[in-house]
Amino acid sequence: MTPAATPNPTLTPAHTHEVPGAVAWSAPVRAGRTVTLTALADGANATMLMIGADRLDRLNIPDTLKSQMSARIKPGMVLMSDRGLALATVTASSLDWHDCLTGALPDQLLLLELTKHGFGEADLHACINFFSKVSVADDPRASLTYVPDHAHAGDTVTLRADQDLLIFLSTAPHALSDEPAAGVAVQIETPAHTDDPELREEATRALRLTRELIA
Amino acid sequence: MTVTSTTATTAASLDTVVEAGDGALVTVPSGGRLRIVDLHGNQAVDTLFYDAHDIDNRYSAFDTIREQRAVFLTTGSRLVSTRLDELAVITDDTCGRHDTVGGACSQESNVIRYGEFTRHQHACRQTFLRYGAKAGIGQRHLAHNVNFFMNVPVTSSGGLTFEDGLSAPGKYVEITASRDLFVLISNCPQVNNPCNGWDPTPIQLLGRW
Ligand SMILES: [Zn+2]
Repeated sequence: MTPAATPNPTLTPAHTHEVPGAVAWSAPVRAGRTVTLTALADGANATMLMIGADRLDRLNIPDTLKSQMSARIKPGMVLMSDRGLALATVTASSLDWHDCLTGALPDQLLLLELTKHGFGEADLHACINFFSKVSVADDPRASLTYVPDHAHAGDTVTLRADQDLLIFLSTAPHALSDEPAAGVAVQIETPAHTDDPELREEATRALRLTRELIA
Repeated sequence: MTVTSTTATTAASLDTVVEAGDGALVTVPSGGRLRIVDLHGNQAVDTLFYDAHDIDNRYSAFDTIREQRAVFLTTGSRLVSTRLDELAVITDDTCGRHDTVGGACSQESNVIRYGEFTRHQHACRQTFLRYGAKAGIGQRHLAHNVNFFMNVPVTSSGGLTFEDGLSAPGKYVEITASRDLFVLISNCPQVNNPCNGWDPTPIQLLGRW
């Protein structure tokens, strides 16, 4: 059977979905595809967990932060796994601060998404709270304050999957927020080109190892 | 090398030295107090806490940070689980502050941070897996830990660094268990950053219950 000719056979159709506020959702993302989240209202929050291709190697926030000398998630960072591989690269964002220090409240819907894929409570590793910011004070305890006016409708973040992933997303409000839950739009697509953004040496090393071993 | 023994008024249920790079799995009953003594100073002690009757109910670093609205741990810090159950409270601390953002070193993260030459150096997560196995704690149950005596400044501009420790010989931290706990400890062997003053040293564990 000869497949019908398509204008650009290397591109898969984009998958788009609007995740309303106060729900949870999950999806597989193939290596090389990008996931773009767009805030549908001011004050949106998208809590994300990520598990790698072998279904054991999870997003490790401490390793991600200490290898890139950052206390926040921002464009030009590689999201690293427990075992030192690249899960995804933050290729672009309209915001330069996504919270990853303050976790999420117990979330039955998020736990159900994990359970659907055979995971459970033991997999509640540290999450990223996309679109949320919790500021750090330069005081003796590094006190934290939620920043209420951080994200606005239309703000975006784009991740490139660097290996096959499962992503888990909750749109419950940030644990420190008084704002109502807001939804996010998700678009998963195969980009025309996949240049690495400018990265630290550690991030480049994680990407290289990942490409050599599994991508 | 002379180590002054810390003798208190009540008999210790546990009094043991953990050598540099070694670890321990300690069962602490509810109400029990566990003191970790930094015998020689500037020694990171990577520590995980589990409900001894349900290891899925385990320490959550970032829920602990959020609940106290501050990054560093010290006296009064409540160490909570992913269910927000209180597992333990820091009830005494002569060091002043402790890290729980920096996680544990592993062979794989050492390669990313420092290069291939570190691939086969000993690392905390090797110790966690070795000592955790007796309690059924495997890779999936390795959460993000506390680094007692470790100094990881986080700044208002969103930066994070590993710095020389604030600890000194004889400084200690004491936790009181809020329920029966497994406490899984790795006395960090890291030699590629200043978290152990470039020279890992022994610690003492003192338990009273
Ligand atoms: Zn270590």
